Amino acid sequence: MGATWVYAEVTPDGVHPSALELLTKARALGGEVEAVALGPGATGAASELGAHGAGIVYASDDQTFADQPGRTAAHTLHWLISQHTPSLILFPGTYEGRDVAGCLQALTGSTLMANATDVESSSRARTEIFGGTKIVEVDLAGREPRLVLVRPKSFPAEPSGGTAEVVAVDAVTPPGPTATVVERHAEAASGPKLEEANVVVAGGRGLGGPEPFAMLDDLAAAIGGAAVGASRAAVDAGWVPYAYQVGQTGKTVKPEVYIAAGISGALQHVVGMKGAKRIVAINKDADAPILKIADLGVVGDLFQIIPALTEEVRRRASS
Amino acid sequence: MNVTVLAKFVPNPTGTPALGPDNLLIRDAGDGALDPGDEYGLELALQLIEAGGGEVTVVSMGPAEALAGVQRGLAMGAHRGLLVTDPGLRGADALVTARVLAAAIGRTTYDLVIAGVESTDGYTGTMPATIAELLGIASVTAVRKLDPNGDGFRAERQTESGYDVLTAPKPALITVTAGATDPRYPSLKGIMAAKSKPVDTVSAADLGVTDLSATQTVAAVVDAPAKAGGEIVTGDEGVARIADLLADAKVI
Repeated sequence: MGATWVYAEVTPDGVHPSALELLTKARALGGEVEAVALGPGATGAASELGAHGAGIVYASDDQTFADQPGRTAAHTLHWLISQHTPSLILFPGTYEGRDVAGCLQALTGSTLMANATDVESSSRARTEIFGGTKIVEVDLAGREPRLVLVRPKSFPAEPSGGTAEVVAVDAVTPPGPTATVVERHAEAASGPKLEEANVVVAGGRGLGGPEPFAMLDDLAAAIGGAAVGASRAAVDAGWVPYAYQVGQTGKTVKPEVYIAAGISGALQHVVGMKGAKRIVAINKDADAPILKIADLGVVGDLFQIIPALTEEVRRRASS
Repeated sequence: MNVTVLAKFVPNPTGTPALGPDNLLIRDAGDGALDPGDEYGLELALQLIEAGGGEVTVVSMGPAEALAGVQRGLAMGAHRGLLVTDPGLRGADALVTARVLAAAIGRTTYDLVIAGVESTDGYTGTMPATIAELLGIASVTAVRKLDPNGDGFRAERQTESGYDVLTAPKPALITVTAGATDPRYPSLKGIMAAKSKPVDTVSAADLGVTDLSATQTVAAVVDAPAKAGGEIVTGDEGVARIADLLADAKVI
């Protein structure tokens, strides 16, 4: 098998944690491990990528990768592939990873597997379906490199202590029309980051509106260091911003404790939080699927339980 | 402006999905529906042509039953449909599906192609980018707001930390997030009118796509190790139990 490449998503703030997870997995496959990092911050990220197992980092800090997302990276990758013929490229299952891999597939005509939870080789990967109740082994065939999008947090990131050789690459300008970023807007979030919090308190459709989220804020504050999240249903309804969303199209979290309040447990949501060490579900419906994966399920009225729990946590903290 | 909307017919989105003996998702159980994630794009398409004129075409690939999904789009107000149905496409992988859909879209008249961010059953999420590249048009994914802008479009794209604004020339492809619009319910009049709207049904060969061999096949499906059953308590007892669990986990 030829080299395994990792498409490392970079920002001026650093490497997306998924890149380090993918490099750790790539090392376990044997063979050469190399990374491709494109966009502002790429060269600066090379040492961290090297420390996690990339022997070579193909890097470019060109702003074009950020301003014309997706296509510029895919066409540059396509050129790099023609020069170095890797067998397998691992992408993070993020919006950017999907766009780059999707576009690249049109150029290479190679297979593209999404939502992988494990990778064995360039011809075998694994995914989970039906909320993680079934594991599917998938054979990959056709021309190399094979493209695999991996769900974030499928593997731990472990340093290898290596160093990378940095190979500078030029951005390839894609032919034809490309969409261009003309403005960027950040929506400030308060409190600890969802992905990093020890405890996540999440609300869903059962909250019935935006106001009850204040109840979750109170509980999170009482616990201390807890973040507030939400299911897609609550985000789609406009009760809280997208930054709160946990699930397939939102964030993947692995806290010590995950408290799901008024969340039924759609597969979409479960894949984003089932890695939590302990899951608590509060739901008025005793048949809610979330109760099947909960370590502790409480069937009852969240509008009574949450405030009472906040009081109880405060009482224990002060005693 | 003419808009082509990709619409997927999925197994009952609120039911329990099942695999057939060939390890493929059962797609013709009789309880399928238009993917709810596609209704946001349909609504956006209808709003755009109501404001600026033009027609909406619904394109779908699936078993014969998928006609019901196309008809749902027509009942909402789309003008015509194109359904690709072909036994050879059962189990089609991402690449074959993208080639078929790109060829089907190529048969329609469009200034804009709209798809969902991901399907509710497979949630691959890469198909739109592949299709746009095959068609040679610009694309913007995860769009939460779209406005016509001169000879092209201005799109607000959801990001991890907020949103970006992108411009794209016509024709372009976008994927819309759930919640970008508030999809209308088909009226009785719309449902009646849908029956007389034109729907073309074609095979992959009709579209000139002949290589349907999959590069991904399911080797095995096994049950994941069952998680030890949790404990269920009711009402008031829950408060103390949750607090105990938090203390146990050393987070309070």
